[in-house]
Amino acid sequence: MNAPQAEKINLNQTSNQPKIKWKRKDLLGIAELDPAEIELILNTAESFKEISSREIKKVPTLRGKTVINLFFEPSTRTRTSFEIAAKRLSADAVNISTSTSSVVKGETLIDTAKNLEAMNPDCIVIRHSASGAPHLLARLMKVPIINAGDGAHEHPTQALLDLFTVREKLGHLAGLKIVIAGDILHSRVARSNIFGFLKMGAEVHLTGPRTMRPPEIEKLGVCWHTSLKEIIPEADVIMMLRLQLERQEGGFFPTLREYSRLFGLNMELMKETKPGVLIMHPGPINRGVEISPEVADGPFSVILDQVTNGVAVRMALLYLLVGGTE
Amino acid sequence: MKLIEKEIIMDKEEIERTLLRLTHEILERNKGIKDLVLIGIRTGGVYLAERMRAKITTIEKAQVPLGIIDITLYRDDFATGLPRPLVGKTEIPFPLKDKKVILIDDVLYTGRTVRAAMDALIDFGRPKFIQLAVLIDRGHRELPIQADYVGKKVTTLPEEDVQVYFREAGEEDRAVIRVRVS
Repeated sequence: MNAPQAEKINLNQTSNQPKIKWKRKDLLGIAELDPAEIELILNTAESFKEISSREIKKVPTLRGKTVINLFFEPSTRTRTSFEIAAKRLSADAVNISTSTSSVVKGETLIDTAKNLEAMNPDCIVIRHSASGAPHLLARLMKVPIINAGDGAHEHPTQALLDLFTVREKLGHLAGLKIVIAGDILHSRVARSNIFGFLKMGAEVHLTGPRTMRPPEIEKLGVCWHTSLKEIIPEADVIMMLRLQLERQEGGFFPTLREYSRLFGLNMELMKETKPGVLIMHPGPINRGVEISPEVADGPFSVILDQVTNGVAVRMALLYLLVGGTE
Repeated sequence: MKLIEKEIIMDKEEIERTLLRLTHEILERNKGIKDLVLIGIRTGGVYLAERMRAKITTIEKAQVPLGIIDITLYRDDFATGLPRPLVGKTEIPFPLKDKKVILIDDVLYTGRTVRAAMDALIDFGRPKFIQLAVLIDRGHRELPIQADYVGKKVTTLPEEDVQVYFREAGEEDRAVIRVRVS
């Protein structure tokens, strides 16, 4: 009676994988990855996803390795996701948030990092409000560095889990129309996703208030639209961005109500979408601002799948960066 | 350095006959298919498990569940600096608790793969027991592991290599001994 399920097993899964090897010490951004590397990460993540549904959600692969999560900005999802990913691979995860660390005593980023390195960790995951902070550490240190978000620059692991989620739900990435809407200017998620989706052969369409349009954004190979309504009927994926009130001093739009009316995704707009469209959001959601609760919790939303897949993608990255040497 | 085929130890017909015998032995020892599940070790073991399941279906007129296990994440040489292998998918879409698990691989050698596979299996639940079926036992064990069902015992030298080719992978079915030549 279990047999019909077993029929679905794909015997040749390994042979479809690209025969490339991971060569990088760090993961700093999507911009520098080539499509084959992205595909390797996504394929590896596919093999890790099943581990989280086992009775014993742990494999012994990184036993004896230490992963430090160094977070200079608040985070629930990303930090927890990295911690769970490390633990499911049997690595020890240490979390440092700046409010409880020597950073409040005035220690510099480099000193903090050098001191942590002196304790022989095997990977440092860093989130920092300054763009380029992970790159600085990567140059100075031998230990692999993973960028968990640097300023308004990149958030590569978010883009990888978004690519993974879209590929899982729609079966492919090439040729899809991806709409990214909202606060593009302050969004590292948008930047990493633009690079990622373009590299994998998808079309990227952006929209948001004019004041949040980065200058010369078209040079990246994307299209800009003045309203969400105009592009929504063609979209395969609609990714709503969080309005990053902490990265701006105001003046970008008159009121939250007006922002929500013009650039928020609500049930009214959902009537215009293609059947089977995917609604994504990197979280945390400002409910009722960029996305209405009925849409966020609705049948097309894959917001929680994104979170689930984040663990698999981060396990794959830790495996590729920390496991073994070449 | 490359490998050249020195000797064919099993041909197409021999592999088929041997698999039929192993299938009958498994059914005889376990008195039918009640609670029986087959788990193939990627990649050769999966082809064998598939074929044995088809034979069980013909003999017993009922199907047994089939799962796939990839042992990469359980290898004991992982931390020693070998190149990172690609991780294949493990697919066991049914509970293993109290099941009679037949673990299937093509070649039994040091026993380290089987050790890793057993560790992985037990993470899916506590089976009633695990039995091991292999097409070829080539000796040179490094761990106290032995097979319950053996297709063929072959005497080999440690520096030789035993390889099984499968039609599912686009080759003609055969098992060969290969030697390294420089």
